[in-house]
Amino acid sequence: MTTTTLPPTEKTRPKSAPPSVSDRARAERRLGWMLAGPAFVIMLLVTAYPILQAVYESLFSYRLTDPANRAFNGLGNYVVVLTDPIWWQSIGVTLLITVVTVAVELVLGFALAMVMAKALQSLRPILRAAILIPYAVITVVSAFAWQFAFDINTGFVNSWFAWLPGIAETTDWFGGWGTSILVICLAEIWKTTPFISLLLLAGLAQVPEVLQEAAKVDGASWWQRLWRVTVPNMKAAIMVALLFRTLDAFRVFDSIFIMTAGANGTESVSFLAYRQTIARLEIGLGSAVSVLLFVAVVIIAFGFIKGFRVDLSQARGDK
Amino acid sequence: MPDGATGARRGRTVTTRSAEHRRGRLAGASAAALLASTLAACGGDTGASSQLTWYINPDSGGQAEIASRCTEAAGGAYTIEVAQLPRESNAQREQLIRRLAAEDDSIDLMSLDPPYIPEFAEAGFLAPVPEDVAQRVTEGVVESAVQGSTWDDELVAVPFWANTQLLWYKKSVVEQAGLDMEQPVTWEQMVQVAEDQGTTIAAQGIRAEALTVWLNALVESAGGSIITETAENPEDIQLGLTEDPAVRAAEVMNAVAPVGGPAFSTAGEDANVTDFEEGDAAFMVNWPFVWPRALSAVEAGTLDASVPEDYGWTLYPRVDEGEPSAPPYGGINIGVGAFSRNVEAAYEAAECIVSEENQSYYFTTNGNPASKAAVYDDPEVLEIFPMAPAIRESLELAAPRPQTVYYSEVSGALQRVYHPASAVVPGETGAEAADLILAVLRGEQLL
Repeated sequence: MTTTTLPPTEKTRPKSAPPSVSDRARAERRLGWMLAGPAFVIMLLVTAYPILQAVYESLFSYRLTDPANRAFNGLGNYVVVLTDPIWWQSIGVTLLITVVTVAVELVLGFALAMVMAKALQSLRPILRAAILIPYAVITVVSAFAWQFAFDINTGFVNSWFAWLPGIAETTDWFGGWGTSILVICLAEIWKTTPFISLLLLAGLAQVPEVLQEAAKVDGASWWQRLWRVTVPNMKAAIMVALLFRTLDAFRVFDSIFIMTAGANGTESVSFLAYRQTIARLEIGLGSAVSVLLFVAVVIIAFGFIKGFRVDLSQARGDK
Repeated sequence: MPDGATGARRGRTVTTRSAEHRRGRLAGASAAALLASTLAACGGDTGASSQLTWYINPDSGGQAEIASRCTEAAGGAYTIEVAQLPRESNAQREQLIRRLAAEDDSIDLMSLDPPYIPEFAEAGFLAPVPEDVAQRVTEGVVESAVQGSTWDDELVAVPFWANTQLLWYKKSVVEQAGLDMEQPVTWEQMVQVAEDQGTTIAAQGIRAEALTVWLNALVESAGGSIITETAENPEDIQLGLTEDPAVRAAEVMNAVAPVGGPAFSTAGEDANVTDFEEGDAAFMVNWPFVWPRALSAVEAGTLDASVPEDYGWTLYPRVDEGEPSAPPYGGINIGVGAFSRNVEAAYEAAECIVSEENQSYYFTTNGNPASKAAVYDDPEVLEIFPMAPAIRESLELAAPRPQTVYYSEVSGALQRVYHPASAVVPGETGAEAADLILAVLRGEQLL
């Protein structure tokens, strides 16, 4: 790669800087902490505190309506959760929804990002707004909209698509596992594809035009330019988009809550946590499920960052 | 306790004014105090109004109207403000119980779904009902509503309105099938007619509270109970799910599912009405709200007038020919929050809310049947609800859902195992459900 593609920070970094930290760097670091410090403290208050509280509660057998019988239970709640088949089934459902939605969203989101990037200057703001609208819709509202669309009484899907094999006027979408998951995935994809495409658009904008031109001069086809120039140059942006969306998708709740309420084996891990904590009022057991969900999310994030070497602070198109 | 001291019960403007005066001359202050006490005396014996908040389930505006009527009737003794809870009864419970666990003193009155009342009572979230109030509010009230407000042999809530399901049918279809609806009808007969006539039975096959309602009615109609013996210790609870009545109930579910329509496993009460109105179903077990709903749809021009004319109704179908059915019991009872700062006023308000006059108003305008038997003789009620006598008879037969502190767990486990109804295996599903319920209650399994 030529030096012209290097980002400004790389360019300005003095190559001959001594390895030891200079006074100026130290002062800058201190200033950085002072600037970020208050936000850091607030983050600790609103995230670390509830997480620690959940870890603590998860060690107790504790029912909200019966605080007198709260008792220390050690890791008993975790044993109950991890030995229950419904936990593993929920993990399976959650993983399936995550993989399917993220994969489809990545392809669709990429296509939409290309459209947005290549659109005429005058059309671009309108197009961008139109593509972003689903992301602005509240998830519960979008879930209701999709449920109404597919509902056997209120929906239009059955009558519009009755000509397709497998769809009839009497198709009950929320009556079976497969069709329920399909509608849930569709709703999720519709809703969050704009998010991925927005992140990818930022990555696309960073692919240096000179590289494209050079490839064109060398006679590369559109497809070759896409695979050999565009995609490798925005790998970091793709990974960041994937990471954010995967973490988000793994916590899927709203659509399932509205559409099936967990019927037909469509419960996700978040839904299981809700059921134990809010419906059963078993704070201990519910906290254990939540902590395990948190651990799963941490593992995903860690896996992405270490496994794919995603640098969150440098989501740009250089390598 | 600002409302405890008489001094703080003065109107806000008066207090401010007296404070200003205090800074000035003493004479002015005492004059203001005199004025304040005079004003307070106008508000009745209890001083200026105590503000009560009534958490209501969503309805067609009836409870809000009753609240304002009672506020007016109280002449300033108290004012009732309504706050709306979520649509689903389990969501209502979730919200109320979490607030009460945090000792929320803003909850004065609550519209409670009967199956959750034991849980509230056992947790100490309901203020004890004064004896004289208990006596007055149970007088002339149908048995099932009193039972639904009772826990541990004590009245813990005030019976408000009592709901029950009827069997609704299309007169034209049963006539064609030659089914005599004057006689008690069994589920098997209905299935037979539905098969012969190529129609469906609308029942609640959805995985929701409605499924428990249906299952419970079937088990009770067959002469059994889901919980045969309740106990404080969850491990000592005895279940009747492996006994013959539960097997009979499973058989009925299994028989109804194939004629329950294409979306039986997701059909709730609202979907049932739609099917029944549109003519897809010839039978429907449902609450009486279906009647005013049909009438108002005719009025709005969205439903043909001939549809409700074809509606017939009778008692809930039997499981066994020789045994009377035990229809579902529902409705709303009024609980007074244990942490309320105005328990006395709240009970006064509760008595006003459940007055005969308000119950018949609520019945005729919102379609929610009264718990006081006398309301069913009201000519206005009879004119709008020709099925009122059937509702009253049904309420006398109605069986409550399992009364236990752990109702939410029991119902959740039943919904998980008995859904979809087409997959229910008589003799096996019951044992499976019993195992799950007990494991969940012991804290050994997730739900």
